[in-house]
Amino acid sequence: MKARVFVTLKNGVLDPQGKAIEGALRSLSIDGVDSVRQGKVFDIELGIVDQGEAEATLKAACEKLLANTVIENYRIELVA
Amino acid sequence: MRAIVLKFPGINRETDAARALEQASGFKPQYVWHGDHELPAGTDVVLVPGGFSYGDYLRCGAIAARANIMTAVRKHAERGGYVLGICNGFQILCESGLLPGVLVRNRDLKFICRMQHLKVERTDTRFTGSYEKGDVIKVCIAHGEGNYLTDPETLKALEGDGRVAFRYCNESGEVSDATNPNGSMNSIAGIYSDKLNVLGMMPHPENLIDPLTGGTDGRGLFESLMRKTSAAA
Repeated sequence: MKARVFVTLKNGVLDPQGKAIEGALRSLSIDGVDSVRQGKVFDIELGIVDQGEAEATLKAACEKLLANTVIENYRIELVA
Repeated sequence: MRAIVLKFPGINRETDAARALEQASGFKPQYVWHGDHELPAGTDVVLVPGGFSYGDYLRCGAIAARANIMTAVRKHAERGGYVLGICNGFQILCESGLLPGVLVRNRDLKFICRMQHLKVERTDTRFTGSYEKGDVIKVCIAHGEGNYLTDPETLKALEGDGRVAFRYCNESGEVSDATNPNGSMNSIAGIYSDKLNVLGMMPHPENLIDPLTGGTDGRGLFESLMRKTSAAA
């Protein structure tokens, strides 16, 4: 089974990198961009067949390492 | 006081830290490898040095914080043992849950490497007993992710319980947005754990122990920590 995990900054947490990217887009005259927040994507291959078990494993991975839940949220997507 | 210095792949300030501990105590500290499961018997002080553990992959300090040895460090702290984390060591202590909050990218996105004044907030702890209350010390900072961030409740608790150890300031001791190098909340440069036995700080006192290299304002911290008699805290 494959999975994709998204880790993003919580609302209200300043994202100076996102701001810099936002400014760079503006300087490239790419109009209509109101704001940019940078996050992380993890593509994970699992040797697990059971969906519930896969979700529990990924949740543990996020809580223990992939996300710092002080400032980040995570979202898990199972990709068949 | 028996001190040890932790070693992780990618750290680079361990020799500086060991030198500062030795100068203050007369004894060479032992190095302990991150893969070990136990601290040497009789360890009083664990120093988590600075550098770039695991290349700052994922988040600064995130991978080192999950190393085998950190379980032993956590137990050591629970028993009341002293832990000092400097720079990447501070990031590791936050990631490991020994200290609250997180260090994020500096406000202006730049890596800052320069001298910096700090205000010593209190002198009744094991780490700062050799300083005078309100002392302004001049040490150096060298970090890209030193911007201290936590939730409003934790910040309130840190301030209310006197757990801010050092604040960034100017040479007169004035704390303001202009004297804050990296955007840290309340100009926080270092914090204590609730029992005041764990200190994490971004600046490098271990590099200011010899007049040859810019000053000796960092010595007081190691002298306080390594003195034989027990401290007020």
